[in-house]
Amino acid sequence: MFKILNYSFFDLMRSRWSYVYFLFYLGLGFILFFLNNDITKAVITLLNIIIVLTPLIGTVFGVMYYYSSREFTELLLSQPIKRSTIFIGQYVGLSLSLALSLVLGLGIPFVLYGVFQSAAIWDFATLLLIGAYLTFIFVGLAYNIALSFNDKIKGFGFAILLWLFLAVIYDGLFLLAMVFFHDYPLDKFALSVTMFNPIDLSRILILLKLDISALLGYTGAVFQKFFGTALGSVLSLLVLTVWIIVPTYFMVLQARKKDF
Amino acid sequence: MINLTNLHKSYSKVHVLQGIDLFFDQNGIIAILGPNGSGKTTLIKSILGMVIPQKGDILLNESSILNEYKYRKDISYLPQIAHFPQNLKVEELIKMIKNIRQQKSNEIELIRLFNLSPYLDKKLGTLSGGTRQKVNIVLTFMFDSPLIILDEPTTGLDPVALISLKKILDEEKAKGKMILITTHIMNLVDEIADQVIFLLDGNIYFNGTVSQLKKQTNHSNLEHAIAEILKETYV
Repeated sequence: MFKILNYSFFDLMRSRWSYVYFLFYLGLGFILFFLNNDITKAVITLLNIIIVLTPLIGTVFGVMYYYSSREFTELLLSQPIKRSTIFIGQYVGLSLSLALSLVLGLGIPFVLYGVFQSAAIWDFATLLLIGAYLTFIFVGLAYNIALSFNDKIKGFGFAILLWLFLAVIYDGLFLLAMVFFHDYPLDKFALSVTMFNPIDLSRILILLKLDISALLGYTGAVFQKFFGTALGSVLSLLVLTVWIIVPTYFMVLQARKKDF
Repeated sequence: MINLTNLHKSYSKVHVLQGIDLFFDQNGIIAILGPNGSGKTTLIKSILGMVIPQKGDILLNESSILNEYKYRKDISYLPQIAHFPQNLKVEELIKMIKNIRQQKSNEIELIRLFNLSPYLDKKLGTLSGGTRQKVNIVLTFMFDSPLIILDEPTTGLDPVALISLKKILDEEKAKGKMILITTHIMNLVDEIADQVIFLLDGNIYFNGTVSQLKKQTNHSNLEHAIAEILKETYV
């Protein structure tokens, strides 16, 4: 598996898009500090960007990489390698290279501006961890979608729809449900709905860490009340891990049955 | 030895392989013929495990290959269309496949035979179709596998390369290997094939030697013999 992982990783690190992605975060980090020297505020601003952007980039790169490396995959399939090895190798290689762009791109300006001396070091670390988690989750989801559609355009369309749904529409529907059923106790419903959206879950996890109740929102507040800050954080991280494992499992299952 | 029993494969609505039973045990060159869409590539890809049949079993040296992968170290496969990663150099690709298979290889000799040295540091995306097919051939024949599967190996080759390919095929045959080959070039079949399998609509229409096929259709020319079979079935 490491040969495939290695190959995919270095293939991507050499590609132009990894640099663009890296430079984007690097620029973003420096601009944030240029405008505002407060690390905690920078972390909150970044939270809003990371929570939308890493899923989008993960989705787009995941689908793009699957379709553009299909020939290479076919070549590998005729070699004595297990199918699951090929796909997991590609998946991890791609996710790692994206996560690395994120961590280095944001890490460099933050280190230069003295994140190590600041109290916000753990908030910042949590933010990067969440970014990496979201990258793995959405690349996994994108790979699942790409594996189900031989047609590139269809695959792309569905992947973008999934991102749009989880990043934007989901919250809207959730809010609508809240307004409609406000006469009923909704705590447990809200909790379970949050579990099914990795983006919401990540947002809550960071806000719990930052301890900013004003930004928590309804689900966040319920979350905090129900589990408390410590248990809430552990639980949301656990559920996010499930969000990585389940798509990977389905990816392997799908790859095993597919014809090339 | 390859043994296919009652092999079925359909893609959504198209029933491509409709219960294929085949048994190869003698070494030599076996040509798989048939019109477009008769299931040749599907048959080959099932043996490689790239296509997963709905029903039936494939035995290679008495053990089933379904859900296996290690058996592929004994197979060299030349795909029909040479799709390679576009931004990889020829030498990088060769190195990578060698790294994956970890087997003895003789690519230097083959590179010389096909005059590929000037292309080694070129990216695969910039190569012409014929040159890419030569790279494809080098990748296939550089390992010493007992089973060789070639899907339309002649596509895009110039006459010189074609002669080289035939020479390689003769050498490999002399080493006692089993070579499966699909092609539409009947002259090639006439020249090299020891056994012919004719697929039609997902069934085996004919299985025997070239001379048997000619005798059965009363044609001395193989191309006409095949055309005769097709005409009968199209009417």
